[in-house]
Amino acid sequence: MAELSDIQNDFIRQEIEEYIEREDERQRIIDIFARVSPAMQAIGAAIVDGQHETADELTKTALEEGIEALVIMDDGLIAGMAIVGIKFRENFIFVPEVLACARAMKYGMAHIEPILAASGIEPIGRVIMGTVKGDLHDIGKNLCIMMLSGSGFEVIDLGVDVSPDDFLEAVEEKDAKLVGMSALLTTTMPNMGRTIEAFIDEDLRDDVMFMVGGAPVTPEFAEDMGADAYGDNAVECVDIAKRLIKEISDE
Amino acid sequence: MSKLLERIKAGEILISDGATGTWLQAHGLEPGGCPEELNASRPELIQQMAGEYFGAGSDMVETNSFGGSQYMLKKYDHGDRIEELNRLAAEHARAAAPNGAFVLGSIGPTGEFIEPMGTATETEMFEAFAEQARGLADGGADAFCIETMSDYGEISLAIRAAKETTGLPVMASMTFDKGPRGYFTMMGITPEQAAEQLVEAGADVIGSNCGIAIEQMIEIIAKMRSATDQPILTHVNAGIPAIEGGKIVYPDTPDHMAGQMQQMVEAGANIVGGCCGTGPDHVRAFVKALRE
Repeated sequence: MAELSDIQNDFIRQEIEEYIEREDERQRIIDIFARVSPAMQAIGAAIVDGQHETADELTKTALEEGIEALVIMDDGLIAGMAIVGIKFRENFIFVPEVLACARAMKYGMAHIEPILAASGIEPIGRVIMGTVKGDLHDIGKNLCIMMLSGSGFEVIDLGVDVSPDDFLEAVEEKDAKLVGMSALLTTTMPNMGRTIEAFIDEDLRDDVMFMVGGAPVTPEFAEDMGADAYGDNAVECVDIAKRLIKEISDE
Repeated sequence: MSKLLERIKAGEILISDGATGTWLQAHGLEPGGCPEELNASRPELIQQMAGEYFGAGSDMVETNSFGGSQYMLKKYDHGDRIEELNRLAAEHARAAAPNGAFVLGSIGPTGEFIEPMGTATETEMFEAFAEQARGLADGGADAFCIETMSDYGEISLAIRAAKETTGLPVMASMTFDKGPRGYFTMMGITPEQAAEQLVEAGADVIGSNCGIAIEQMIEIIAKMRSATDQPILTHVNAGIPAIEGGKIVYPDTPDHMAGQMQQMVEAGANIVGGCCGTGPDHVRAFVKALRE
C-alpha cells in the first residue's frame, strides 16, 4: 500500500490531501500516482489544473522521449481525470472548471489518438449520443461527449432533436452497442422511452444498451422507461459507459 | 421609482403567476414545440393564460418569452422574428392585465457558454438580450424577470442589456441544486454569492426559481436574505416531477405549497409565485394563504 509521500509531484499531493476525503478513494488515487513516473504525474497535474497548454506540451515531450501512447493516456491523462471526477462529484469544482480540465484532456488526447489508431488499438468503446426528439438543449449532452472522448471513447454525436429512426439508423450504420440519450424538458423526456420502444419494435433492443440523463430525469424514470443506466452528471456518464461496455463485452 | 418597486418598498408581499410551459402543454403545446411562436399563431390562447393568472389573483404575470432570445429562437428557424415574438408576448399579457397589475418580460438562458468556456462572445450575447428586451418593452412590459440562470457572466450581461436598453426595473433569478456541499448553481455559485453579485450587477430585485421543491427553496431564500436587503423574488416548482402511469406528474398540491408560503415570506421573500408544475389553482391558494 503506497503512501502520500511516495508521490513526488507537489501539486498532486496537495490535491489529494485537500479534496479526496473518502478513505478508499484516497488510497486508490495514492496507489495510482505513487506507481506512475514523475513525468506522468506532471501530465495528470496539468489535467487536474485545467492547463491545456501544459498538457499539450508534456504529452508531446513524453511521446518524443519514447513513452508509449497507451501509458501516457492511462497513467497521465486518465489518472488526472480520476481526481477531476471526484472533485466535481463532491462540489469542489463545477462546470467551468470541468470544461477547462476536459479541454486539457482533449489537447493531450490529440497527440495520443492518431498513434493508437495507427497501431490498430481500438477505442475503449463506441457511443452514439443525442438529445431526444423535440429537445434542443444540448449543454449536458455536450459535457458528456467531452468527458467521454477525453476518456478514450469514440463518440458519434447525432446532435439535437434526434428521432427514434435516426438513433436506429446510426446504431446500424456505425455498429455501435451503446446509446446515450439526453433530455432537459419534462415534455420531451417520454421520447427516451419511445426511442427504446422503437428498438424493441425493430427487434434490436438486445443488441444495444441505453444510458440516459438530463435535469428532469431520475433513476426511477430511467428504470420505468426500460433504460440500462441513469447518470446524474458528465463524470458519472463515463463510469457508466465503461461499466456498460464491459457488460456488453462480457456477454 | 416604478410602482412595482414602490409597493415592495412599502412592505407589501406581491404574488406572481404560475408556470407558463406547464399551462401551455396542458393546452396543446406539442412536446418540443416552440412556445414563443404561439404568440403569433395563437394570440387568444396566450391572452387566456395571462387572464387566468390575473383572475387567480396574480399581481404580475410573466410574458411567454422565456426562450425568446436569438440563440433559442433560431433553433426553431424563428431567428428573424425576435422583435415580433417578444413584442407580441408582452402585448398579450398587457391586454389581459387589470389596471395596476404588472407585466414581467421573461428572459431565460441562451443555452450557450461564453468564451473561452464556450463559443458565444460577450458582445453577441449582450446584443441578443438587448434585442429581446427591446421587443418586450415595446409590447408594454413593466419590468423584466431574467430567470433560471446559472452563470454569473450570462446573467449580468442580461441585466445590463435590459437596463441599458429600456431603463425598466430588472429582476434576476438563479437556479440552485442541492449537492453534497450545499446549494450551488450548475456553475458553482452559492445563494449568498448570487445575492451579492446580482445586486452588484444592477438587479432591482434578486431571486431564485425552479430546480428544487419548496422546502429547499425556503432555505435558499433565507441564505439570499442573509446576504442582502434587496427585494427577493421566488418562483417555486410544484416539487420534483415523477412518473405515474407514463405521465409526468408534479407532486406538490396548491395546499401543500400554500401551507409553506408564510414561512417563505418570513425567510425573506417579497414576491412569491410558481414555476414548473404550478398553475392558476396554486396562485389562488397562495393568495388565500397570504391575504385572507
